[in-house]
Amino acid sequence: MKILIVDDEKDVEMLFRQKFRKEIKNGNLELVFAFSGAEAMRVLEESNPPKVVYVFSDINMPGMTGLELLDKIKEKYPQINVSMISAYGDSDNYNKAIKSGAKEFFTKPINFDSLREEIKALMN
Amino acid sequence: MNFENIIALILLYYLRKPIGVAAISPEWKNWLKWGMIVAVTTLVLQATNLLPDLLTKFIGLALIAGVVYAVVNIEDFHGRRSLVYALLPLIVISVISDIIEFVSPNWYKTLEYLLDIAGFFALIWAISMWFISRKQRKALELERKKAEEREKEFRITESLKAELEVQVAERTAALTQQKEALEKALNELKSTQTQLIHAEKMASLGELTAGIAHEIQNPLNFVNNFSEVSHELIQEMQEELSKGEIEEVKAIAMDLAQNLEKINHHGKRADAIVKGMLQHSRSNDGKKDLCDLNAIADEYLRLSYHGLRAKDKSFNSDFSIELDPDLPKVEGIPQELGRVILNLINNAFYAVNERSKNAKDEKDPNLQTYKPKVTISTSTIPDFKGKKGVKISLSDNGSGIPENIRSKIFQPFFTTKPTGQGTGLGLSLSYDIIKAHGGNLTLKSKEGLGTTFEITLPGVDQSRKVL
Ligand SMILES: [Mg+2]
Repeated sequence: MKILIVDDEKDVEMLFRQKFRKEIKNGNLELVFAFSGAEAMRVLEESNPPKVVYVFSDINMPGMTGLELLDKIKEKYPQINVSMISAYGDSDNYNKAIKSGAKEFFTKPINFDSLREEIKALMN
Repeated sequence: MNFENIIALILLYYLRKPIGVAAISPEWKNWLKWGMIVAVTTLVLQATNLLPDLLTKFIGLALIAGVVYAVVNIEDFHGRRSLVYALLPLIVISVISDIIEFVSPNWYKTLEYLLDIAGFFALIWAISMWFISRKQRKALELERKKAEEREKEFRITESLKAELEVQVAERTAALTQQKEALEKALNELKSTQTQLIHAEKMASLGELTAGIAHEIQNPLNFVNNFSEVSHELIQEMQEELSKGEIEEVKAIAMDLAQNLEKINHHGKRADAIVKGMLQHSRSNDGKKDLCDLNAIADEYLRLSYHGLRAKDKSFNSDFSIELDPDLPKVEGIPQELGRVILNLINNAFYAVNERSKNAKDEKDPNLQTYKPKVTISTSTIPDFKGKKGVKISLSDNGSGIPENIRSKIFQPFFTTKPTGQGTGLGLSLSYDIIKAHGGNLTLKSKEGLGTTFEITLPGVDQSRKVL
Protein backbone atom coordinates (compact mmCIF):
# COMPACT_ATOMS: atom_id res chain seq x y z
CA MET A 1 0.00 0.00 0.00
CA LYS A 2 1.39 3.33 -1.09
CA ILE A 3 0.99 6.35 1.15
CA LEU A 4 2.01 9.94 0.38
CA ILE A 5 3.10 12.23 3.16
CA VAL A 6 3.23 15.97 2.45
CA ASP A 7 5.03 18.42 4.75
CA ASP A 8 7.35 21.37 4.20
CA GLU A 9 9.58 20.06 7.01
CA LYS A 10 11.95 17.63 5.30
CA ASP A 11 12.80 15.76 8.52
CA VAL A 12 9.34 14.18 8.63
CA GLU A 13 10.62 11.71 6.06
CA MET A 14 13.26 10.32 8.41
CA LEU A 15 10.83 10.25 11.27
CA PHE A 16 8.12 8.38 9.35
CA ARG A 17 10.59 5.93 7.87
CA GLN A 18 11.81 5.03 11.35
CA LYS A 19 8.33 4.92 12.86
CA PHE A 20 7.07 2.57 10.16
CA ARG A 21 10.32 0.71 9.85
CA LYS A 22 8.77 -2.73 10.35
CA GLU A 23 5.83 -2.15 8.02
CA ILE A 24 8.18 -0.89 5.31
CA LYS A 25 10.56 -3.83 5.81
CA ASN A 26 7.67 -6.26 5.52
CA GLY A 27 6.69 -4.66 2.25
CA ASN A 28 3.22 -3.98 3.62
CA LEU A 29 3.73 -0.23 3.34
CA GLU A 30 5.38 2.04 0.82
CA LEU A 31 5.96 5.66 1.83
CA VAL A 32 6.52 8.52 -0.60
CA PHE A 33 7.17 12.12 0.41
CA ALA A 34 6.51 15.53 -1.03
CA PHE A 35 7.63 18.82 0.52
CA SER A 36 5.07 21.11 -1.06
CA GLY A 37 1.56 20.92 -2.45
CA ALA A 38 2.82 21.29 -5.99
CA GLU A 39 5.29 18.44 -5.53
CA ALA A 40 2.51 16.29 -4.08
CA MET A 41 0.41 16.85 -7.19
CA ARG A 42 3.37 15.86 -9.38
CA VAL A 43 3.84 12.64 -7.37
CA LEU A 44 0.18 11.76 -7.81
CA GLU A 45 0.30 12.50 -11.52
CA GLU A 46 3.26 10.14 -12.05
CA SER A 47 0.96 7.20 -12.87
CA ASN A 48 -2.65 7.11 -13.95
CA PRO A 49 -4.52 6.20 -11.86
CA PRO A 50 -2.22 7.04 -9.01
CA LYS A 51 -0.84 4.15 -6.97
CA VAL A 52 -1.14 6.24 -3.82
CA VAL A 53 -4.22 5.34 -1.79
CA TYR A 54 -3.81 7.66 1.15
CA VAL A 55 -2.38 11.17 1.52
CA PHE A 56 -1.40 12.69 4.85
CA SER A 57 -0.82 16.37 4.45
CA ASP A 58 0.40 19.19 6.60
CA ILE A 59 -1.75 22.34 6.33
CA ASN A 60 0.75 25.10 6.97
CA MET A 61 3.06 25.15 3.95
CA PRO A 62 4.32 27.98 1.84
CA GLY A 63 2.78 28.21 -1.60
CA MET A 64 -0.08 25.79 -1.80
CA THR A 65 -1.55 25.08 1.64
CA GLY A 66 -2.67 21.62 2.72
CA LEU A 67 -6.30 22.71 2.45
CA GLU A 68 -5.80 23.82 -1.13
CA LEU A 69 -4.07 20.54 -1.87
CA LEU A 70 -7.00 18.70 -0.31
CA ASP A 71 -9.42 20.49 -2.66
CA LYS A 72 -7.26 19.68 -5.67
CA ILE A 73 -6.89 16.00 -4.82
CA LYS A 74 -10.57 15.59 -4.05
CA GLU A 75 -11.44 17.26 -7.34
CA LYS A 76 -9.08 15.16 -9.44
CA TYR A 77 -8.88 11.88 -7.49
CA PRO A 78 -11.97 11.59 -5.28
CA GLN A 79 -11.11 7.94 -4.52
CA ILE A 80 -7.89 8.86 -2.64
CA ASN A 81 -8.20 9.26 1.13
CA VAL A 82 -6.78 12.51 2.47
CA SER A 83 -6.15 13.28 6.13
CA MET A 84 -4.70 16.46 7.55
CA ILE A 85 -1.87 16.79 10.02
CA SER A 86 -1.55 20.26 11.48
CA ALA A 87 -0.04 22.12 14.36
CA TYR A 88 -3.14 24.30 14.28
CA GLY A 89 -5.93 22.14 15.57
CA ASP A 90 -8.44 24.98 15.77
CA SER A 91 -12.04 24.46 14.77
CA ASP A 92 -11.68 26.77 11.78
CA ASN A 93 -9.07 24.56 10.15
CA TYR A 94 -10.84 21.40 11.26
CA ASN A 95 -14.24 22.42 9.85
CA LYS A 96 -12.72 23.51 6.57
CA ALA A 97 -10.83 20.25 6.20
CA ILE A 98 -13.80 18.02 7.00
CA LYS A 99 -16.06 20.06 4.73
CA SER A 100 -13.60 19.63 1.89
CA GLY A 101 -13.66 15.86 2.38
CA ALA A 102 -10.73 15.11 4.69
CA LYS A 103 -11.02 11.69 6.29
CA GLU A 104 -9.32 12.51 9.56
CA PHE A 105 -7.68 15.46 11.26
CA PHE A 106 -4.48 14.75 13.23
CA THR A 107 -2.73 17.36 15.30
CA LYS A 108 0.98 17.88 15.77
CA PRO A 109 2.91 16.60 17.63
CA ILE A 110 1.87 13.50 15.76
CA ASN A 111 0.54 10.62 17.81
CA PHE A 112 2.03 7.78 15.75
CA ASP A 113 -0.07 5.15 17.50
CA SER A 114 -3.31 6.64 16.26
CA LEU A 115 -1.71 7.15 12.86
CA ARG A 116 -0.69 3.50 12.79
CA GLU A 117 -4.25 2.50 13.75
CA GLU A 118 -5.59 4.57 10.87
CA ILE A 119 -3.22 2.95 8.38
CA LYS A 120 -3.86 -0.56 9.70
CA ALA A 121 -7.62 -0.02 9.41
CA LEU A 122 -7.14 0.84 5.77
CA MET A 123 -4.89 -2.13 5.08
CA ASN A 124 -7.46 -4.64 6.27
CA MET B 1 18.32 167.44 30.75
CA ASN B 2 17.66 164.50 33.06
CA PHE B 3 18.58 161.11 31.52
CA GLU B 4 19.50 159.21 34.66
CA ASN B 5 16.07 157.80 35.38
CA ILE B 6 15.39 156.93 31.69
CA ILE B 7 18.71 155.15 31.40
CA ALA B 8 18.04 153.37 34.68
CA LEU B 9 14.65 152.29 33.29
CA ILE B 10 16.19 151.02 30.05
CA LEU B 11 18.86 149.12 31.98
CA LEU B 12 16.38 147.57 34.35
CA TYR B 13 14.07 146.64 31.49
CA TYR B 14 16.82 144.89 29.56
CA LEU B 15 18.18 143.19 32.62
CA ARG B 16 14.82 141.50 33.13
CA LYS B 17 14.76 140.11 29.59
CA PRO B 18 16.38 136.68 29.27
CA ILE B 19 19.36 136.44 26.94
CA GLY B 20 19.91 133.08 25.24
CA VAL B 21 19.65 130.23 27.64
CA ALA B 22 20.49 132.34 30.66
CA ALA B 23 17.34 133.45 32.51
CA ILE B 24 17.06 135.64 35.59
CA SER B 25 15.95 134.06 38.84
CA PRO B 26 12.41 135.10 39.95
CA GLU B 27 13.88 136.73 43.04
CA TRP B 28 16.08 139.06 40.98
CA LYS B 29 13.21 139.69 38.61
CA ASN B 30 11.21 140.95 41.56
CA TRP B 31 14.03 143.32 42.58
CA LEU B 32 14.32 144.62 39.05
CA LYS B 33 10.57 145.18 38.91
CA TRP B 34 10.76 147.31 42.04
CA GLY B 35 13.70 149.21 40.53
CA MET B 36 11.58 149.95 37.45
CA ILE B 37 8.65 151.10 39.59
CA VAL B 38 10.97 153.49 41.45
CA ALA B 39 12.40 154.82 38.14
CA VAL B 40 8.96 155.38 36.60
CA THR B 41 7.61 157.00 39.81
CA THR B 42 10.61 159.31 39.96
CA LEU B 43 10.13 160.29 36.28
CA VAL B 44 6.48 161.07 36.89
CA LEU B 45 7.24 163.05 40.05
CA GLN B 46 9.97 164.96 38.23
CA ALA B 47 7.61 165.82 35.37
CA THR B 48 5.07 167.21 37.81
CA ASN B 49 7.86 169.08 39.68
CA LEU B 50 6.84 167.47 42.99
CA LEU B 51 10.41 166.42 43.68
CA PRO B 52 13.46 168.64 43.36
CA ASP B 53 15.55 167.97 40.27
CA LEU B 54 18.55 167.12 42.36
CA LEU B 55 16.78 164.33 44.26
CA THR B 56 15.43 162.67 41.10
CA LYS B 57 18.90 162.83 39.58
CA PHE B 58 20.29 161.27 42.71
CA ILE B 59 17.65 158.44 42.68
CA GLY B 60 18.39 157.81 38.98
CA LEU B 61 22.13 157.66 39.68
CA ALA B 62 21.58 155.36 42.67
CA LEU B 63 19.53 152.98 40.49
CA ILE B 64 22.24 153.02 37.79
CA ALA B 65 24.94 152.44 40.39
CA GLY B 66 22.95 149.52 41.74
CA VAL B 67 22.64 148.05 38.25
CA VAL B 68 26.36 148.52 37.53
CA TYR B 69 27.22 146.96 40.85
CA ALA B 70 24.90 144.01 40.17
CA VAL B 71 26.21 143.45 36.65
CA VAL B 72 29.81 143.51 37.77
CA ASN B 73 29.45 141.46 40.94
CA ILE B 74 26.49 139.10 40.45
CA GLU B 75 27.01 136.14 38.22
CA ASP B 76 23.44 136.06 36.94
CA PHE B 77 23.97 139.41 35.22
CA HIS B 78 27.41 138.83 33.73
CA GLY B 79 25.78 138.33 30.36
CA ARG B 80 24.42 141.92 30.50
CA ARG B 81 27.75 143.63 30.93
CA SER B 82 27.74 144.87 27.33
CA LEU B 83 24.60 146.85 28.09
CA VAL B 84 26.28 148.63 30.95
CA TYR B 85 29.38 149.23 28.86
CA ALA B 86 27.18 150.72 26.15
CA LEU B 87 25.51 153.21 28.40
CA LEU B 88 28.40 153.89 30.77
CA PRO B 89 29.97 156.78 28.73
CA LEU B 90 26.56 158.43 28.45
CA ILE B 91 26.05 158.11 32.21
CA VAL B 92 29.54 159.37 33.01
CA ILE B 93 29.19 162.40 30.73
CA SER B 94 25.74 163.11 32.09
CA VAL B 95 27.03 162.94 35.67
CA ILE B 96 30.05 165.11 34.87
CA SER B 97 27.94 167.75 33.15
CA ASP B 98 25.49 167.70 36.02
CA ILE B 99 28.30 168.17 38.55
CA ILE B 100 29.87 171.02 36.51
CA GLU B 101 26.49 172.69 36.14
CA PHE B 102 25.88 172.34 39.83
CA VAL B 103 29.31 173.57 40.93
CA SER B 104 29.76 176.45 38.46
CA PRO B 105 27.03 177.32 35.94
CA ASN B 106 29.41 179.74 34.20
CA TRP B 107 32.03 177.16 33.58
CA TYR B 108 29.29 174.86 32.45
CA LYS B 109 28.27 177.44 29.81
CA THR B 110 31.80 177.49 28.32
CA LEU B 111 32.06 173.72 28.40
CA GLU B 112 28.48 173.01 27.25
CA TYR B 113 29.39 172.71 23.62
CA LEU B 114 32.21 170.29 24.40
CA LEU B 115 29.99 168.25 26.71
CA ASP B 116 27.29 168.07 24.03
CA ILE B 117 29.82 166.66 21.53
CA ALA B 118 31.03 164.16 24.12
CA GLY B 119 27.36 163.28 24.84
CA PHE B 120 26.77 162.81 21.10
CA PHE B 121 29.70 160.41 20.76
CA ALA B 122 28.58 158.60 23.90
CA LEU B 123 25.14 158.22 22.29
CA ILE B 124 26.66 156.87 19.07
CA TRP B 125 28.73 154.50 21.18
CA ALA B 126 25.63 153.41 23.05
CA ILE B 127 23.65 152.87 19.83
CA SER B 128 26.42 150.90 18.16
CA MET B 129 26.89 148.84 21.32
CA TRP B 130 23.18 148.29 21.39
CA PHE B 131 23.26 147.04 17.79
CA ILE B 132 26.19 144.74 18.48
CA SER B 133 24.58 143.48 21.65
CA ARG B 134 21.28 142.95 19.82
CA LYS B 135 23.10 140.97 17.18
CA GLN B 136 24.77 138.90 19.87
CA ARG B 137 21.50 138.44 21.65
CA LYS B 138 19.88 137.27 18.46
CA ALA B 139 22.68 134.76 17.93
CA LEU B 140 22.27 133.65 21.52
CA GLU B 141 18.54 133.46 21.08
CA LEU B 142 19.03 131.31 18.01
CA GLU B 143 21.36 129.11 19.95
CA ARG B 144 18.84 128.86 22.75
CA LYS B 145 16.14 127.85 20.30
CA LYS B 146 18.46 125.31 18.79
CA ALA B 147 19.27 124.02 22.24
CA GLU B 148 15.57 123.84 23.02
CA GLU B 149 15.02 121.99 19.77
CA ARG B 150 17.81 119.62 20.65
CA GLU B 151 16.37 119.19 24.09
CA LYS B 152 12.99 118.45 22.58
CA GLU B 153 14.51 115.99 20.15
CA PHE B 154 16.44 114.45 22.97
CA ARG B 155 13.27 114.08 25.01
CA ILE B 156 11.47 112.53 22.05
CA THR B 157 14.38 110.18 21.49
CA GLU B 158 14.39 109.36 25.17
CA SER B 159 10.70 108.57 25.20
CA LEU B 160 11.08 106.55 22.00
CA LYS B 161 13.96 104.73 23.57
CA ALA B 162 11.93 103.99 26.67
CA GLU B 163 9.06 102.81 24.51
CA LEU B 164 11.43 100.62 22.51
CA GLU B 165 12.92 99.24 25.66
CA VAL B 166 9.47 98.24 26.83
CA GLN B 167 8.78 96.66 23.46
CA VAL B 168 12.12 94.86 23.48
CA ALA B 169 11.43 93.59 26.99
CA GLU B 170 8.00 92.40 25.89
CA ARG B 171 9.40 90.70 22.80
CA THR B 172 12.22 89.16 24.80
CA ALA B 173 9.71 87.77 27.26
CA ALA B 174 7.56 86.44 24.42
CA LEU B 175 10.60 84.90 22.71
CA THR B 176 11.79 83.33 25.94
CA GLN B 177 8.35 81.89 26.42
CA GLN B 178 8.33 80.62 22.85
CA LYS B 179 11.77 79.14 23.28
CA GLU B 180 10.65 77.35 26.41
CA ALA B 181 7.53 76.09 24.67
CA LEU B 182 9.63 74.89 21.74
CA GLU B 183 12.10 73.19 24.03
CA LYS B 184 9.23 71.45 25.76
CA ALA B 185 7.75 70.44 22.42
CA LEU B 186 11.15 69.18 21.29
CA ASN B 187 11.51 67.08 24.40
CA GLU B 188 8.02 65.74 23.95
CA LEU B 189 8.82 64.93 20.34
CA LYS B 190 12.01 63.18 21.36
CA SER B 191 10.21 60.99 23.87
CA THR B 192 7.43 60.37 21.36
CA GLN B 193 10.05 59.35 18.84
CA THR B 194 11.54 56.91 21.31
CA GLN B 195 8.08 55.58 22.04
CA LEU B 196 7.32 55.29 18.34
CA ILE B 197 10.52 53.44 17.62
CA HIS B 198 9.65 51.14 20.49
CA ALA B 199 6.10 50.78 19.17
CA GLU B 200 7.46 49.97 15.72
CA LYS B 201 9.77 47.39 17.21
CA MET B 202 6.92 45.90 19.21
CA ALA B 203 4.59 45.98 16.22
CA SER B 204 7.03 43.99 14.13
CA LEU B 205 7.52 41.69 17.11
CA GLY B 206 3.75 41.35 17.44
CA GLU B 207 3.61 40.18 13.85
CA LEU B 208 6.12 37.58 14.92
CA THR B 209 4.65 36.14 18.11
CA ALA B 210 2.43 33.60 16.40
CA GLY B 211 5.22 32.77 14.00
CA ILE B 212 7.61 32.36 16.87
CA ALA B 213 5.22 29.99 18.63
CA HIS B 214 4.90 27.93 15.49
CA GLU B 215 8.59 28.01 14.77
CA ILE B 216 9.43 26.87 18.28
CA GLN B 217 6.70 24.24 18.33
CA ASN B 218 7.96 22.63 15.13
CA PRO B 219 11.53 21.91 16.25
CA LEU B 220 10.29 20.90 19.69
CA ASN B 221 7.97 18.38 18.06
CA PHE B 222 10.94 16.99 16.20
CA VAL B 223 13.00 16.81 19.37
CA ASN B 224 10.19 14.87 21.07
CA ASN B 225 9.47 12.66 18.09
CA PHE B 226 13.10 11.81 17.41
CA SER B 227 13.86 11.01 21.05
CA GLU B 228 10.72 8.87 21.23
CA VAL B 229 11.56 6.98 18.12
CA SER B 230 15.13 6.54 19.32
CA HIS B 231 13.81 4.96 22.48
CA GLU B 232 11.83 2.51 20.37
CA LEU B 233 14.86 1.85 18.19
CA ILE B 234 16.96 0.90 21.19
CA GLN B 235 14.36 -1.69 22.19
CA GLU B 236 14.37 -3.02 18.63
CA MET B 237 18.15 -3.06 18.62
CA GLN B 238 18.16 -5.20 21.77
CA GLU B 239 15.70 -7.58 20.15
CA GLU B 240 17.89 -7.82 17.04
CA LEU B 241 20.96 -8.31 19.20
CA SER B 242 19.40 -11.25 21.03
CA LYS B 243 18.49 -12.70 17.60
CA GLY B 244 22.10 -12.15 16.53
CA GLU B 245 21.12 -10.02 13.53
CA ILE B 246 24.30 -7.93 13.53
CA GLU B 247 23.63 -6.21 10.18
CA GLU B 248 20.25 -5.05 11.44
CA VAL B 249 21.81 -3.80 14.66
CA LYS B 250 24.34 -1.79 12.63
CA ALA B 251 21.57 -0.20 10.58
CA ILE B 252 19.65 0.75 13.71
CA ALA B 253 22.77 2.20 15.29
CA MET B 254 23.24 4.38 12.19
CA ASP B 255 19.66 5.61 12.49
CA LEU B 256 20.19 6.34 16.16
CA ALA B 257 23.24 8.45 15.39
CA GLN B 258 21.26 10.37 12.80
CA ASN B 259 18.41 10.86 15.24
CA LEU B 260 20.69 12.30 17.86
CA GLU B 261 22.01 14.68 15.24
CA LYS B 262 18.44 15.70 14.40
CA ILE B 263 17.57 16.21 18.04
CA ASN B 264 20.57 18.43 18.39
CA HIS B 265 19.76 20.33 15.20
CA HIS B 266 16.15 21.06 16.15
CA GLY B 267 17.10 21.92 19.71
CA LYS B 268 19.51 24.50 18.35
CA ARG B 269 16.87 25.78 15.98
CA ALA B 270 14.44 26.47 18.82
CA ASP B 271 17.24 28.00 20.82
CA ALA B 272 18.18 30.35 17.97
CA ILE B 273 14.60 31.49 17.60
CA VAL B 274 14.20 32.29 21.28
CA LYS B 275 17.52 34.12 21.26
CA GLY B 276 16.55 35.99 18.13
CA MET B 277 13.28 37.08 19.66
CA LEU B 278 14.97 38.26 22.82
CA GLN B 279 17.54 40.10 20.78
CA HIS B 280 14.86 41.74 18.69
CA SER B 281 12.90 43.06 21.65
CA ARG B 282 15.92 43.98 23.74
CA SER B 283 16.69 47.66 23.71
CA ASN B 284 19.63 48.28 21.55
CA ASP B 285 22.93 48.52 23.38
CA GLY B 286 24.54 49.60 20.13
CA LYS B 287 27.15 46.88 20.30
CA LYS B 288 28.53 45.84 16.97
CA ASP B 289 29.02 42.23 16.15
CA LEU B 290 29.78 40.03 13.18
CA CYS B 291 26.43 39.35 11.57
CA ASP B 292 25.59 36.37 9.40
CA LEU B 293 22.95 37.89 7.17
CA ASN B 294 22.16 34.50 5.61
CA ALA B 295 21.07 33.20 9.01
CA ILE B 296 19.15 36.38 9.83
CA ALA B 297 17.35 36.36 6.47
CA ASP B 298 16.46 32.68 6.76
CA GLU B 299 15.20 32.97 10.31
CA TYR B 300 13.11 36.08 9.81
CA LEU B 301 11.60 34.87 6.57
CA ARG B 302 10.18 31.83 8.35
CA LEU B 303 9.12 33.81 11.42
CA SER B 304 7.37 36.41 9.35
CA TYR B 305 5.64 33.84 7.15
CA HIS B 306 4.35 31.75 10.03
CA GLY B 307 3.45 34.86 12.01
CA LEU B 308 1.28 36.19 9.21
CA ARG B 309 -0.18 32.75 8.58
CA ALA B 310 -1.16 32.42 12.22
CA LYS B 311 -2.71 35.88 12.29
CA ASP B 312 -4.60 35.61 9.05
CA LYS B 313 -5.72 32.14 7.97
CA SER B 314 -6.52 33.38 4.49
CA PHE B 315 -2.95 34.53 3.99
CA ASN B 316 -0.63 32.36 2.07
CA SER B 317 2.33 32.95 -0.12
CA ASP B 318 5.04 30.93 -1.66
CA PHE B 319 8.52 31.95 -0.76
CA SER B 320 11.97 30.98 -1.78
CA ILE B 321 15.34 31.74 -0.40
CA GLU B 322 18.57 31.74 -2.37
CA LEU B 323 21.56 32.19 -0.11
CA ASP B 324 25.14 32.70 -1.20
CA PRO B 325 27.07 30.15 0.90
CA ASP B 326 30.25 32.29 0.68
CA LEU B 327 28.54 35.49 1.77
CA PRO B 328 30.93 37.69 3.76
CA LYS B 329 29.90 38.58 7.29
CA VAL B 330 28.86 42.13 8.04
CA GLU B 331 30.00 44.15 11.00
CA GLY B 332 26.93 45.70 12.56
CA ILE B 333 24.28 45.63 15.21
CA PRO B 334 22.49 42.31 14.67
CA GLN B 335 19.16 43.39 16.17
CA GLU B 336 19.04 46.42 13.91
CA LEU B 337 19.95 44.60 10.72
CA GLY B 338 17.47 41.90 11.70
CA ARG B 339 14.79 44.52 12.10
CA VAL B 340 15.45 45.91 8.64
CA ILE B 341 15.24 42.50 7.02
CA LEU B 342 12.15 41.57 9.03
CA ASN B 343 10.50 44.83 8.11
CA LEU B 344 11.17 44.33 4.40
CA ILE B 345 9.93 40.74 4.58
CA ASN B 346 6.76 41.78 6.40
CA ASN B 347 6.18 44.47 3.78
CA ALA B 348 6.71 41.99 0.95
CA PHE B 349 4.23 39.54 2.41
CA TYR B 350 1.81 42.39 3.04
CA ALA B 351 2.11 43.45 -0.60
CA VAL B 352 1.45 39.99 -2.06
CA ASN B 353 -1.39 39.42 0.37
CA GLU B 354 -3.06 42.67 -0.65
CA ARG B 355 -2.79 41.71 -4.29
CA SER B 356 -4.03 38.24 -3.49
CA LYS B 357 -7.12 39.65 -1.81
CA ASN B 358 -7.83 41.84 -4.83
CA ALA B 359 -7.10 39.09 -7.36
CA LYS B 360 -10.44 37.38 -6.77
CA ASP B 361 -12.22 40.51 -7.95
CA GLU B 362 -10.09 40.90 -11.10
CA LYS B 363 -11.88 40.86 -14.45
CA ASP B 364 -8.88 39.45 -16.28
CA PRO B 365 -8.95 35.66 -15.71
CA ASN B 366 -5.13 35.56 -15.92
CA LEU B 367 -4.95 37.78 -12.88
CA GLN B 368 -7.43 35.67 -10.92
CA THR B 369 -4.92 32.85 -10.80
CA TYR B 370 -2.37 35.11 -9.12
CA LYS B 371 0.30 33.16 -7.23
CA PRO B 372 1.87 35.27 -4.48
CA LYS B 373 5.58 34.80 -4.10
CA VAL B 374 8.34 36.38 -2.07
CA THR B 375 11.98 35.76 -2.83
CA ILE B 376 14.93 36.63 -0.69
CA SER B 377 18.43 36.21 -2.02
CA THR B 378 21.89 37.11 -0.87
CA SER B 379 25.00 37.58 -2.98
CA THR B 380 28.54 38.85 -2.71
CA ILE B 381 29.52 42.14 -4.31
CA PRO B 382 33.17 41.85 -5.45
CA ASP B 383 33.86 45.54 -5.02
CA PHE B 384 31.86 47.67 -2.61
CA LYS B 385 33.69 50.89 -1.73
CA GLY B 386 37.00 49.12 -2.16
CA LYS B 387 36.19 45.88 -0.38
CA LYS B 388 33.82 42.97 -0.60
CA GLY B 389 30.21 43.77 -0.08
CA VAL B 390 26.96 42.02 0.66
CA LYS B 391 23.74 42.35 -1.29
CA ILE B 392 20.35 41.22 -0.02
CA SER B 393 17.47 41.36 -2.47
CA LEU B 394 13.90 41.06 -1.39
CA SER B 395 11.40 40.66 -4.19
CA ASP B 396 7.67 40.31 -4.15
CA ASN B 397 5.26 39.94 -7.02
CA GLY B 398 2.71 42.27 -5.47
CA SER B 399 1.06 45.20 -7.21
CA GLY B 400 4.21 47.33 -7.17
CA ILE B 401 4.62 50.82 -5.81
CA PRO B 402 3.11 53.62 -7.90
CA GLU B 403 5.77 55.96 -9.25
CA ASN B 404 4.33 59.05 -7.55
CA ILE B 405 4.80 57.64 -4.05
CA ARG B 406 8.11 55.87 -4.61
CA SER B 407 10.10 58.87 -3.44
CA LYS B 408 7.98 59.18 -0.29
CA ILE B 409 8.12 55.68 1.07
CA PHE B 410 11.33 56.25 3.01
CA GLN B 411 9.85 59.32 4.70
CA PRO B 412 8.83 58.93 8.33
CA PHE B 413 5.11 58.39 8.95
CA PHE B 414 4.41 57.68 5.31
CA THR B 415 2.23 54.60 5.04
CA THR B 416 -0.18 53.19 2.53
CA LYS B 417 -1.66 50.89 5.12
CA PRO B 418 -5.07 51.74 6.61
CA THR B 419 -5.04 53.89 9.74
CA GLY B 420 -3.92 51.98 12.78
CA GLN B 421 -2.17 49.26 10.82
CA GLY B 422 1.21 50.79 10.28
CA THR B 423 3.33 53.31 12.13
CA GLY B 424 4.80 54.54 8.86
CA LEU B 425 8.19 54.27 10.48
CA GLY B 426 9.30 50.85 9.29
CA LEU B 427 10.97 51.88 6.07
CA SER B 428 12.25 55.17 7.34
CA LEU B 429 13.93 53.46 10.29
CA SER B 430 15.24 50.74 8.00
CA TYR B 431 16.74 53.34 5.72
CA ASP B 432 18.43 55.09 8.64
CA ILE B 433 19.79 51.82 10.00
CA ILE B 434 21.30 50.77 6.67
CA LYS B 435 22.80 54.24 6.18
CA ALA B 436 24.28 54.08 9.68
CA HIS B 437 25.93 50.80 8.70
CA GLY B 438 27.53 52.43 5.67
CA GLY B 439 25.22 50.78 3.21
CA ASN B 440 22.39 51.59 0.85
CA LEU B 441 18.73 50.70 0.69
CA THR B 442 17.20 51.08 -2.76
CA LEU B 443 14.05 49.98 -4.45
CA LYS B 444 12.93 48.97 -7.90
CA SER B 445 9.29 48.63 -8.62
CA LYS B 446 7.10 47.97 -11.61
CA GLU B 447 3.39 48.51 -11.27
CA GLY B 448 1.57 45.24 -11.76
CA LEU B 449 4.78 43.20 -11.52
CA GLY B 450 6.16 43.73 -8.05
CA THR B 451 8.83 45.38 -6.00
CA THR B 452 12.43 44.58 -5.17
CA PHE B 453 14.23 46.13 -2.23
CA GLU B 454 17.98 45.90 -2.30
CA ILE B 455 20.26 46.27 0.70
CA THR B 456 23.98 46.66 0.08
CA LEU B 457 26.41 46.64 2.97
CA PRO B 458 30.18 46.58 3.33
CA GLY B 459 31.43 43.10 4.17
CA VAL B 460 34.14 42.04 6.56
CA ASP B 461 37.32 40.51 5.22
CA GLN B 462 37.16 36.91 6.47
CA SER B 463 40.94 36.52 6.48
CA ARG B 464 41.12 39.35 9.00
CA LYS B 465 39.93 38.11 12.36
CA VAL B 466 37.52 40.45 14.02
CA LEU B 467 36.91 39.98 17.69
MG1 LIG C 1 4.45 23.10 8.02
